[in-house]
Amino acid sequence: MTDVLGLFNYWIVIVLMMTGFYIVIARHNLIKKLIGLSVFQVSVFLLYITIGVIEGGTAPIVAEGYAVYSNPLPSVLILTAIVVGVATIAVGLALVVRIQEEYGTIEEDEIQAQDHKA
Amino acid sequence: MKNHVILRFVTKLLIPHILLYAFYVQWHGDFGPGGGFQAGVIFAAAIVLYGLIFGLQAAERAIRPGLVQSGVALGLLLYIGVGIASMLLGGEFLDYDALGHDGQHHGILLVETGVFITVASVMITVFYSFAELIRRQ
Amino acid sequence: MFEHLAPLQVVLPLLASPVCALIRHRRTVHMLTLLVTSLTFGISLMLSAQVAEGGVIAYALGGWAAPVGIEYRIDALTVLVLMIVSGIGAAVMWYSHESLDIEIPYDQYSRFHVMYLLSLSGLLGIVITGDLFNVFVFLEISALSSYVLISLGRDRRALAAAYQYLIMGTIGATFILIGIGLMYMMTGTLNMADMAVRLRGVAETRTVLAAFGFLTIGIGIKMALFPFHLWLPNAYTYAPSVVTAFLAGTATKVAVYVLLRFSLSVYGVEFSFERMPLSTVLMVLALVAMFSASLVAIFQQDVKRLLAYSSVAQIGYMVLGISFASVLGLTGGIVHMANHAVMKAMLFCALGCVVARIGSTHIDDMRGIGKDMPLTMGAFVVGGVGLIGVPGTAGFISKWYLVQAALAGGYWPIAALILASSLLAVVYVWRVVEVAWFEAPPPGRGKVREAPLSMLVPMWLLVVATVWFGVDGELTSGLARRAAEALLGSGGAA
Repeated sequence: MTDVLGLFNYWIVIVLMMTGFYIVIARHNLIKKLIGLSVFQVSVFLLYITIGVIEGGTAPIVAEGYAVYSNPLPSVLILTAIVVGVATIAVGLALVVRIQEEYGTIEEDEIQAQDHKA
Repeated sequence: MKNHVILRFVTKLLIPHILLYAFYVQWHGDFGPGGGFQAGVIFAAAIVLYGLIFGLQAAERAIRPGLVQSGVALGLLLYIGVGIASMLLGGEFLDYDALGHDGQHHGILLVETGVFITVASVMITVFYSFAELIRRQ
Repeated sequence: MFEHLAPLQVVLPLLASPVCALIRHRRTVHMLTLLVTSLTFGISLMLSAQVAEGGVIAYALGGWAAPVGIEYRIDALTVLVLMIVSGIGAAVMWYSHESLDIEIPYDQYSRFHVMYLLSLSGLLGIVITGDLFNVFVFLEISALSSYVLISLGRDRRALAAAYQYLIMGTIGATFILIGIGLMYMMTGTLNMADMAVRLRGVAETRTVLAAFGFLTIGIGIKMALFPFHLWLPNAYTYAPSVVTAFLAGTATKVAVYVLLRFSLSVYGVEFSFERMPLSTVLMVLALVAMFSASLVAIFQQDVKRLLAYSSVAQIGYMVLGISFASVLGLTGGIVHMANHAVMKAMLFCALGCVVARIGSTHIDDMRGIGKDMPLTMGAFVVGGVGLIGVPGTAGFISKWYLVQAALAGGYWPIAALILASSLLAVVYVWRVVEVAWFEAPPPGRGKVREAPLSMLVPMWLLVVATVWFGVDGELTSGLARRAAEALLGSGGAA
């Protein structure tokens, strides 16, 4: 039982990952796809941060009297990955705005219908 | 939203504190959680709040669009400039020890400032671009 | 200065990009980009000379030695891909002058150059780095800038194509991130060489096996391996010609490089190809890609789309060579990486010349254009012949190695299949050649001039390169063989 509950973070990672991935595939609205992508990426961040925690460790800043520190590297990696995620969503949203200007809609099936007619 | 007295009043109280907090996070990045990216986003959030309550034109008068668009490039140039300076001073690329005595401290502060300028400029530019579109429609 | 060439290779275009963003003047931006891309190609040539006499170069960024710090690691395979990417970056930029004036909207001119330089530096960074997470960061830098580059196309479908590429590319990159995270969890390091050593203890755990799966799928999406190739035809067709020529010669080849690095340098050949069924999986997917993509290419009405599907098939050849996991097979795959990059970039440049003169690449609009633009279509014929693999062109060298590898491995049916799919290439190349040279021009099209000299000269340089690599195959295949031997000898999980 402790195995299941102790790995609680990882269960959340899996649930978020599958939810995000499902939204990307199943939803036709372009903005909903981007939201799904964002949820998918957030689950990966949670995975990295969970790796960094060490039991009994304190915050990774050198201080007197502490011997065990949590690993600071995953947090820094995730900071970079969050920035990358933000940039991706920004580019995606800019593309959606332009698509809305050109096609008049942001539903993927309507866009494909307009393309097939042309 | 200019007509809502409570919003205007609270915003005027809050924005200086948000800006100050952004600078606090920026300079304390090597002692606690923080650094360039977080500080840049908090700074931009203050500007976005100002733009939401007092209108886009007021925000654009405070922080000019041309300024932030060049800010995007300037921050990156500062970062790479630090790297090239350390190469010219004898170390590897981005070797802060080559920047002289206490080089690690100065190097990381300069680099984080570059990141702060770029991130704040990008966030404000994104806000301005999307707000311009809505105003045009 | 010469000991700092490794970071300069990436930093030079990365430095020029914000400078171009600050300068708005069109001519200055273009001249600066020309200068920087040519210098970048020169740096890659100097790096290859350094590797040829000195062996592997390891450069520690920031003075922090590996495995604590990020290091740039340059060996034979690295310099080969560096030369291809920077060479095509420079050649396409020299070619692009007139094409940009026609195809890019006026106010996006300097923005195009900013994104071009960012994409180039991102691709170079992926190749040159020896740190896993750095691969992910540069991968996303190059990917985001190529999404923007593709969306600059004139047709509004370029936007939808860029969006689809964004979704699929980000899913691929996130899969790679998951794989890197799981590997970091098991080995505690992010340096590729160090991880190869530390993998020996933990190779049997489920985490490492799952990470291997995630990494392969993520790289497969970026590489346009069948069935993850869905983003490629739309992205190549609707992007501006210069962008297609650049991306077709670089983006997927760099992803193949990442696959080679991960499966061979980090995991090792015993783990990837014997313990995991990577050989079978890659072989099946590559064969399906070769046949299905060539078949679809035959029925296309737009020549750009035809060439895009042909790219998917050619990536199948590269992956087939890798799946043999022998020196001959890897040499064939790596040589095809180099040859196909040059050939496809040149083919898309030829199509860019056609667009500059008649404004469309639909096959009905291209009737009879061979008589009006003989130099352009001549280049197209050489490229097409290279895709088929006729002796004397670069494509023959790579097909020769692939067939040899298939026979040496005992895979007689596969050697026959390689030759059969080359026949399919004959069909789709002949379709275009027949329409261009042997049909009457459509009525109403006036006299079409030959393409401008500024576009012809760089394109014909690529043609000369194709023929030269085909006649004197030792240049590329010597480097490829050394790279293959180095790859098979290294790697951890035994």
